[in-house]
Amino acid sequence: MYEHDVLIIGGGLAGLRAAVEVTRAGADVAVISKVHPVRSHSNAAQGGINAPLTDRGEDWKGHAFDTIKGSDFLADQDAVEVMSSEAGEAVLELERMGVIFSRDENGKLGTRAFGGQKEARTYFVGAITGSAILHVLFEQSLKLGLNVYEEWFVTKLIIEDGACRGVVSIDLKTGEMHTIKAKAVIIAAGGAGRVFEPSTNALICTGDGLSLAYRAGVPLMDMEMIQYHPTTLARTGILMSEAARGEGGYLLNSSGERFMQKVAPEYMELASRDVVSRAEQTEIDEGRGVDGNVLLDLRHLGREYIEAKLGYLQEVSVEFLGIDMAEQPVPVQPGMHYIMGGIKTNIDGETVVPGLYAAGECANVSVHGANRLGANSLLDTVVFGRRSGAHAVEYIKTVGDHSKSEEDIKSEKARIQALLDRPKGERVATVRNDMARGMTKGIGVFRDQASMEGALENLVNVKSRMDGFSVENKGKVFNTDLMFALELEFMVDCAEAVVAGALTRKESRGAHYRTDITERDDENWLKHTLMYKDETAENGVRVETSDVTITQWEPIKRVY
Amino acid sequence: MTDATANTMKVKLKIKRFDPAESGGKTWWQDYEVDVHPDSTVLDSLIEVREQNDGTLALRCACRASICGSCGMKVNGSAKLVCKTRVVDVAPNGEQLTIEPMGNQHVVRDLVVSLDTFFSQINRVEPYLQPSFVPESGEYTASNESMENLLTGMNCIMCGCCVSDCTVLEVDANFIGPAALAKAWRFTEDPRDSKRDERLKNLNDEDGGMWDCTRCMKCVEVCPKGVAPMDRIMELREAAIEAGNTNTSGYHHTESFYNSVKKHGRLDETRLAIDSAGWTNIPRLLDLAPIGIAAMRKGKLPPVFPHKAEDNKKVKDLYERVEDAD
Ligand SMILES: Cc1cc2nc3c(=O)[nH]c(=O)nc-3n(C[C@H](O)[C@H](O)[C@H](O)COP(=O)(O)OP(=O)(O)OC[C@H]3O[C@@H](n4cnc5c(N)ncnc54)[C@H](O)[C@@H]3O)c2cc1C
Ligand code: SF4
Ligand code: SF4
Ligand code: FES
Repeated sequence: MYEHDVLIIGGGLAGLRAAVEVTRAGADVAVISKVHPVRSHSNAAQGGINAPLTDRGEDWKGHAFDTIKGSDFLADQDAVEVMSSEAGEAVLELERMGVIFSRDENGKLGTRAFGGQKEARTYFVGAITGSAILHVLFEQSLKLGLNVYEEWFVTKLIIEDGACRGVVSIDLKTGEMHTIKAKAVIIAAGGAGRVFEPSTNALICTGDGLSLAYRAGVPLMDMEMIQYHPTTLARTGILMSEAARGEGGYLLNSSGERFMQKVAPEYMELASRDVVSRAEQTEIDEGRGVDGNVLLDLRHLGREYIEAKLGYLQEVSVEFLGIDMAEQPVPVQPGMHYIMGGIKTNIDGETVVPGLYAAGECANVSVHGANRLGANSLLDTVVFGRRSGAHAVEYIKTVGDHSKSEEDIKSEKARIQALLDRPKGERVATVRNDMARGMTKGIGVFRDQASMEGALENLVNVKSRMDGFSVENKGKVFNTDLMFALELEFMVDCAEAVVAGALTRKESRGAHYRTDITERDDENWLKHTLMYKDETAENGVRVETSDVTITQWEPIKRVY
Repeated sequence: MTDATANTMKVKLKIKRFDPAESGGKTWWQDYEVDVHPDSTVLDSLIEVREQNDGTLALRCACRASICGSCGMKVNGSAKLVCKTRVVDVAPNGEQLTIEPMGNQHVVRDLVVSLDTFFSQINRVEPYLQPSFVPESGEYTASNESMENLLTGMNCIMCGCCVSDCTVLEVDANFIGPAALAKAWRFTEDPRDSKRDERLKNLNDEDGGMWDCTRCMKCVEVCPKGVAPMDRIMELREAAIEAGNTNTSGYHHTESFYNSVKKHGRLDETRLAIDSAGWTNIPRLLDLAPIGIAAMRKGKLPPVFPHKAEDNKKVKDLYERVEDAD
């Protein structure tokens, strides 16, 4: 029997930061994660973390405004105010825990420039910022003696009398299924990049957390807002951090022209990501690309600088394409990178289900709106991870005993056994690839009614095959084959919400750029889309909308 | 990711399988052949096997970009991150690749090893910053150089490749191991940490601590992130000696000889030289050690890395039998 006051799904930055907060408050907390915490995808963040350091007189409002403008005014401004004003302390605290942030000549934290921002306020550790922060939070978890169910996979949330009371999970190492009871559950299960192919995301980013909440009746918000990162390495889809441009890299087309001149003369390569990705795609589509790519040129920075500041990028470029960036530009293209949409929460991480919280990439507070600024996601994870933990600690005081019911584990065992018992059918990977390629094709950098309907049609086809695939591995120990099947089911839920949101929004805003309706429409669409799982609705999704919270910044035209 | 119309390449794999379900577990070798894009990594090939060929094959992988540390395994006998290893580099002429789980760690299934060994080693070094004070607000002041210096250690992604191939761990499970020592170095070098002396003393005195490394270089060779654990260990030793850690109980000539032969079936002469200088002979050691180490690192001295005698296991068994007879 496993019981905790607070259970956190996910050992990435959001999950570990929440866990530190709950531990400090003296409550009993555990983290459950399908991979060892240091394997979480937070480790892939390269470029840095944004923060206006208010303790030395920086104004957080500058960061808030850049974030809101970056979001194409879809972010809720009360949430952004919280994030920007708490950012400085959140980053300084990471330093005090042991993160080896780069310094200035006075030994204080030093910055680098990042896209879509007026000031340089991105703090970093070489090109391994995410890894360096994640490892330090993991160190803190060891120091605090945190309980971690590592390599345990959550299959379902337990909802009783309308409140969340724990999870059902599989211990991957033994294959046994267990209930873990909790008075509050925080979902910090990361993004859903694998719903698309290709993607910069790790193979584990399968939207499990989003789907768990969605199935429990929580709406997913603004799911059509998919970020395509401007610089992913040709063929492999591996990310080349925005730091490459922050440190002065150029983007060139086939005739060696810095094409950003045409669309963002002031910010150039450092315009917002959606803007740069569209400019690149336009160059490629209009025949000025290089084999379906544009070129990222760092040669003018010099070898020494590249190796000191962007060492990991150089390593990746050499290892994966055999290109030395000090000698040659690397081919890059826009690639699916981040999902702005997610589980709808308030500024304390609460969802509409009591006892259920969400934080990190899977959540939508909403601070990123229609387009996230680079280096704002790590910030989101630590600020709202902390806040969710703090609020959950208060909430559990109002909850009585743990739930006694064994219903959910029984039904989950039966469901999974039935999956294992299926006759030989299609391979999971075949269905997954068909889904993910269809999503990229229909919900890409550019989209229109026809392409989105194509994505829907593809998804309907995929859904019709969901009863027909089979799991080849029938064993218990480390049965990843079974896990991939369950992940596919989670991904299809996410895809369904993405397509529904995209078809609903009849305007262009941020990452949702429709070539058939190219203007932003504040009159009708300064609104969030909310997707609810509803078997009675068309395609199984009910879409509602809600107003965006505006506090001090009226929407203006977005020019870079 | 393979495109059927693009040119493809055949990859031949011979994979060591392990199924714990069979009574006591069953180990066997299995051959596979897959078609992948010519630029593919070994991981791409293994995923192709898993997805299109044999769903029962278990392996860990996540990032595909050499940053999460999941995909360590042995390729042709030596530990590698398979996502960072291109097939053309290890099998330029289409040779069959031999894939096995990492060494020195318990196998859970197929290519998946237990993480317990690795993380219990890491845990032994109190792997977290222990400052003497915490600033009320703001950050610690530290030079950029001192932080950049730590990058070498922070680059460690805890993949376990070094632990897999460490020759001492092969015979002495109590050795704290290369990754944990590199982690310890990351704290002893951190100007914000206040426990430098204690850390050095513990690693100096501890059984299986910093002196058990025989400088075989394996960890430097296999580390995919340039952490070069052995170099970090040498720096720890220098620092420990500088901090005055010479007066320990053991490490006299005989013990050193005994341990060395037991472990390597052959004598580690450099180690013996240092050991027999006597642990109270501080001036002599201070003279010897840093110079010798620095020279060795620069390749100025012929390396005196102990190579294991062919029949190391026999030597070890011999010792154990002698010990048992006592
Ligand atoms: C290549 C790359 C580079 C990036 N660079 C930057 C950057 O420079 N700056 C920035 O701000 N952002 C960056 N981002 C975005 C940022 O890294 C992520 O959004 C953020 O780290 C997500 O953190 P998280 O804690 O929400 O989730 P993750 O770190 O993804 O953690 C998710 C956790 O949930 C667990 N989990 C998931 N499903 C289950 C389940 N079913 N059962 C149990 N556990 C489960 C996983 O095991 C994992 O521990 C980058 C993203 C990518 C892909
Ligand atoms: S150099 Fe030392 S730590 Fe590294 S593999 Fe050899 S014995 Fe192990
Ligand atoms: S030191 Fe290198 S080989 Fe060892 S765990 Fe760290 S990254 Fe892996
Ligand atoms: S898959 Fe992450 S290191 Fe290889």
